[in-house]
Amino acid sequence: MELNEFIKNVADQFDETDASEITATTAFHNLDEYSSLIALSIMSMVDDEYDVQLKGDDMRGAVTVEDLFNIVKSKI
Amino acid sequence: MIGYNPYSLEGKTILVTGASAGIGRCTAIECSKMGVKVIITARNKERLQETFNALEGEGHKQIIADISESEQIEKLVESIDKIDGFVCNAGIAYTELVAFYKEEKILEIFKTNTFSMMLLTKFLVKKKKFNKPSSIVYTASIGNVFSAGVGNGIYGASKCAVDGFMRTAALELAPKGIRCNSINSGMVETNIMTNNTRITAEQFEEDKKKYPLGRYGKPEDIAWAIIYLLSDASSWMTGTALKIDGGHTI
Ligand SMILES: NC(=O)c1ccc[n+]([C@@H]2O[C@H](COP(=O)([O-])OP(=O)(O)OC[C@H]3O[C@@H](n4cnc5c(N)ncnc54)[C@H](OP(=O)(O)O)[C@@H]3O)[C@@H](O)[C@H]2O)c1
Repeated sequence: MELNEFIKNVADQFDETDASEITATTAFHNLDEYSSLIALSIMSMVDDEYDVQLKGDDMRGAVTVEDLFNIVKSKI
Repeated sequence: MIGYNPYSLEGKTILVTGASAGIGRCTAIECSKMGVKVIITARNKERLQETFNALEGEGHKQIIADISESEQIEKLVESIDKIDGFVCNAGIAYTELVAFYKEEKILEIFKTNTFSMMLLTKFLVKKKKFNKPSSIVYTASIGNVFSAGVGNGIYGASKCAVDGFMRTAALELAPKGIRCNSINSGMVETNIMTNNTRITAEQFEEDKKKYPLGRYGKPEDIAWAIIYLLSDASSWMTGTALKIDGGHTI
């Protein structure tokens, strides 16, 4: 899996946040639009695209988008 | 007046699906304590055996079956004697957002939660397994009947459908002396909760605060209502969806 593509897939789950605001170092929990609904969307996207089942606690544990990328990568 | 009990189930035979865990297990055990001969069923041998070992009294029966498959439903029904009550309870939870639905998954959830309830009822009636009078209790949910939750579309629809079916069954089976009611329960602490790993313990704690009575349900909270619906005390009740949710949807 590839980081830039992962970032784009994460950015796709947001409706109002501009994709340019989401980079590898973005602390996504701090984005205004981030919510439990977006968290679920990201978990579903990861399941769909990478066949990895993230837990709610994985989402909590990740600070940046790259952290999340690394968690997903470690579970593939 | 010691011994007076209009809610008695003494001497009845009752079939309970989903009896290897949670609400079904608790209902089977509570019924056995009230003098019921229970027939318990589920897929997992070890867990069903644990329930069986916890039953009080004699004459109980356990049968392994996967109720998502109609041939197994038919076999299950053929293998039992006449019953006075049926707790139609087996079900699975599922959380997914609309944009990620998959047809196979929708079918799997509906087969387990909805089709099974229709087909079990069908075969039990067709093969004349109900004594007159009898009572059927379906475990539905408050989910999407009284309140909607993010990710709950498929599960909620499968449970709404149970309520819809229950009302028709109540109407059609009344002449046979079979009453049909359902329970719309709020969140009850069972495996169904812990199996959902997308929700964190903190989120569950937060959600509990939305229950005026200050807690999620215990399996007994539902089992005791099921017992009421199975008993002759509810003889004039059919076609009713009974909400039990700690005040959540007030
Ligand atoms: N807990 C809640 O918050 C809640 C709220 C509203 C409604 N409900 C409903 O209440 C019912 C019981 O839930 P619970 O909380 O007690 O869940 P649970 O602890 O997960 O137990 C579910 C039971 O259903 C059985 N089951 C599942 N799929 C089956 C299949 N294909 N064939 C045969 N048995 C199957 C399981 O046994 P095996 O795995 O051994 O087959 C288990 O005994 C469900 O219909 C659920 O939707 C629960």
